[in-house]
Amino acid sequence: MGIRQIASAAALALLAVTAAGCGGGGSSAGNPKELVYWASNQGTSLDHDRRVLEPRLAEFTRQTGIKVKLEVIGWPDLLNRILAATTSGEGPDVLNIGNTWSASLQATGALLPFDDATLAKVGGKDRFLGPCLAATGAEGKPPTAVPLYGQAYGLYYNKKLFREAGIEKPPATWSELVDIGKRLTRPGRWGLTLQAGQVTENAHHAAILGAQHGARFFDGTKPTLASDPAANAIKQYLDLMQVHKIVNPGNAEYTDTAKSLKDLADGRAAMFMNQASAGSFQAVGMKMEDLGVAPIPMPDRFPPGGRKVNSFVAGINLAVFADTGNRDGALKFVRFMTSTEQQVALNKAYGSLPTVKDAYADPAFQTEHAKVFQQVLSGTAEPMPQVPQESQFETAVGTAMKTMFADIAAGQTVDAATIKGRLAQADQQLAAGG
Amino acid sequence: MTTLVDQPPAAPAAGARPPRRRVRARRRRIALPYLLLLPALALELLVHIVPMLVGIAMSFRKLTQFYIRNWSAAPNAGLGNYRVVLDLDSAVGRELLHSFGVTVAFTVVSVGAAWLLGTAAAVLMQPVFRGRGLLRAFFLVPYALPMYAAVITWAFMLQRDTGLVNGLLGLDGPDAPFWLIGGNSFWSLVVVSVWRTWPFAFLIVMAGLQNIPQDLYEAAALDGAGWWRRFRSVTQPLLRPVNQVLLLVLFLWTFNDFNTPYVLFGESAPREASLISVHIYQSSFVTWNFGLGSAMSVLLLLFLLLVTAGYLAVASRRRRVDA
Amino acid sequence: MREPRGVRWTRRAVLGFLIVFTGLPLYAMATSALKPLGDVQRDWRWFPSKITFRPFADIWTTIPLGRYFLNSLIVSGAATVLSVTIAIFAAYAISRYRFPGRRLFSVSVLSTQMFPGILFLLPLFLIFVNIGNSTGVALYGTRLGLVLTYLTFSLPFAIWMLAGYFDSIPKELDEASLVDGNGPIGTLLRIVVPAAMPGIVAVAIYSFMTAWGEVLFASVMTDSGTRTLAVGLQEYSTEVQVYWNQVMAASLIVSVPIVAGFLLLQRYLVAGLTAGAVK
Repeated sequence: MGIRQIASAAALALLAVTAAGCGGGGSSAGNPKELVYWASNQGTSLDHDRRVLEPRLAEFTRQTGIKVKLEVIGWPDLLNRILAATTSGEGPDVLNIGNTWSASLQATGALLPFDDATLAKVGGKDRFLGPCLAATGAEGKPPTAVPLYGQAYGLYYNKKLFREAGIEKPPATWSELVDIGKRLTRPGRWGLTLQAGQVTENAHHAAILGAQHGARFFDGTKPTLASDPAANAIKQYLDLMQVHKIVNPGNAEYTDTAKSLKDLADGRAAMFMNQASAGSFQAVGMKMEDLGVAPIPMPDRFPPGGRKVNSFVAGINLAVFADTGNRDGALKFVRFMTSTEQQVALNKAYGSLPTVKDAYADPAFQTEHAKVFQQVLSGTAEPMPQVPQESQFETAVGTAMKTMFADIAAGQTVDAATIKGRLAQADQQLAAGG
Repeated sequence: MTTLVDQPPAAPAAGARPPRRRVRARRRRIALPYLLLLPALALELLVHIVPMLVGIAMSFRKLTQFYIRNWSAAPNAGLGNYRVVLDLDSAVGRELLHSFGVTVAFTVVSVGAAWLLGTAAAVLMQPVFRGRGLLRAFFLVPYALPMYAAVITWAFMLQRDTGLVNGLLGLDGPDAPFWLIGGNSFWSLVVVSVWRTWPFAFLIVMAGLQNIPQDLYEAAALDGAGWWRRFRSVTQPLLRPVNQVLLLVLFLWTFNDFNTPYVLFGESAPREASLISVHIYQSSFVTWNFGLGSAMSVLLLLFLLLVTAGYLAVASRRRRVDA
Repeated sequence: MREPRGVRWTRRAVLGFLIVFTGLPLYAMATSALKPLGDVQRDWRWFPSKITFRPFADIWTTIPLGRYFLNSLIVSGAATVLSVTIAIFAAYAISRYRFPGRRLFSVSVLSTQMFPGILFLLPLFLIFVNIGNSTGVALYGTRLGLVLTYLTFSLPFAIWMLAGYFDSIPKELDEASLVDGNGPIGTLLRIVVPAAMPGIVAVAIYSFMTAWGEVLFASVMTDSGTRTLAVGLQEYSTEVQVYWNQVMAASLIVSVPIVAGFLLLQRYLVAGLTAGAVK
């Protein structure tokens, strides 16, 4: 080998080393003074999340001497990253999961079960809000996570538009909602806005209305999607656009919350069913004194088997990765994040609801809005089906609804038989997947 | 495929060497090409071949979320996964077939259009005119733009109520068409894909045209051949080898394209534009059923292998006949 | 040679169409980057109601754009250098030697272009993790893993293009060099590589672009420290807010150096392809 070959070989080696350096976000590898924490995106940007969390984490480090390496992960990436961590065993020590994923992730065995002894280490079961704890995994098994941020659905409405139309109070039943929606719909403005192109949102509303109609989507773990109550529930939701025409057909391509928030803020829509999101409304320029919130309507008359439900137990859970090398530190961190003080600070910053009872004493959660969501969450919210196939369920049902909204927007008619056919198809997909 | 079809040049003749070193030199000469190939081979094995074999093995297992943490414990499914995805009486099989059909149609239309635009632009820009260099550079911009930036801009333009496209067409109000959902979404996907790939076709055809000796055109012109005759009898046949490769490469890229539909529509593409790569992604990464997803991928791979082998066979036979 | 008038008009029509087709998204990108957020979220306007440069300042804080950009440059750059280097050796073997397995190698390497990424994404990831556990060379979550992955994506086409290019370089040059006492490697580096420079540049551009735009593998194999632009740009849109003007501004900023470099080198690209791939 001549000088030049050696030189180029050295350059290559150097390059490889530079490329290899840095990176590697694996777990703490057993260092008791360090934790890796994956946070989900709760704020208006990942940067916003970092700004909210970093002071909290600094506080934790001050109290315990344990350093926390924070990574905020956007929703499109989070499930893939958890998948990667699960298959490889190389993941964070503590992580956020969407609470609807609980049973699915529980089935993988990748998360540390919170049996009674473990729960005792983070302060005990009784501190937590009952409904939130019900959304932490399959019934009869120890929770796979503890609730971190509580969420519930509400009906946001533009008070100014209501006032102008002489409407005094928000709708309490669906027929009132349709009625008000029709009165407020006129060229350039719609009574209601829906995220009709968003798969998981569609599935959530199918679940809420499904409960009101008495549908059960699973019998044990066996999918039973194609029932009459389920088809009726979905039909009722689609008909807001199809029959009552109080929803802009353009909503069929709304794949994120941003557009609906903006429509309400700009007065292009009068009502919007969403999780507590005051901060996001503010970010899109909503006049906050015009923003009202009420529970999602109930049926005028409940069908047989119908349940008094107007939200599912939404929110984010905090889980410990089973392969963590620092279980003690991780549990200390869970205890810290669910302590009353941190619950107040975090949920105040995000506009979500505390998951521990004591935190509600704080004046921040005594506002009119917070009380509405709090009552829904503790009184009329039902967890999504806690089965391993929950995410398949959301994908199958939500996608079917998205497709049907697209059909309606294109001027086609979607009737009950079509809906039931789609649900039967979703049933088959789930059965094949299981 | 020059290297596949053409005969290779002979090994360089070794200089005269003393006899006792000849054996060692010969051994070195035999080993050398393999040594040169070794890095490429090792990396292809690591990143492509071995993972693909693992992927094929996965397709015979019932690899659901219950087993992803410990793959070796996943029960053997035999041909079970294949039976599910090929069962046309079930929703899974029907949807896969549908998605396959959409992908074939999408590939044919967008490769055809990209090739046509690329060829047209390259041929029409053959003669020198003012601003040609600038225009050529301009046309290459879509190819150089980061994929995400390009596709997200299209998604922005194709929004129904606030997009440029409906604004340009003067369509708004309740009857404005949708481009990101429903039947039109297929054509949106085609347009975006063509926008991204035609510059590549343009580039390759342009390079191919530069290899055609100018005197062939002059001779044809002397024979009284018109523009169209010259194109048909000189340009076209001499571009054929270029086109053979270009079309194959475009076909494979377009057929396997995941990025364009994923960025344009997000995780759940409309049914009319449900390309097979996104469909498989949904069947495996969203629902964590990798056995089923792998079985679908293996079928896809078999299809691509068949098409490519058939294409190469036809291409090389035609070349032999021509020669 | 005179052209018929029909050809001239066809040229105007076709090129005119292509200019509009190519230019529209670029125009949308450039003007949206200059609009306030409220403007881009509402009905399309051909001209900004108010020009603002704030998006160009905000893009750096909304997401760590600088870090992602650097990651992309390092990963794509390293993948390009390695891919081209490895391809040069392999292409030389294929172009200048006849040996058993030569055809098999060519066919099987090219056939990897058919593999659906989805099929081997997860297995590859697992292999990387296992290599990391058994040898301590971290491939998952590092730039090195991504570099190795991307370089093999462009390798098949690179080998094939360079082999074509090397074929076009007269063998007499090699022989003269060998007679002069240069070994085969010396001959490759001193004679063949300099003569094949346009082809090498073409291959390098191709490799770079392949790595630059990849999304699927990067989304699973990187973390916030090693994330590349192609994935990172998505972070301008969250569930509750899509910063369209910032997406466009950031796209513009990261595109400018790439497009400029690409256009500077495009002459080599054409020349390289002319002699190599398309012969």
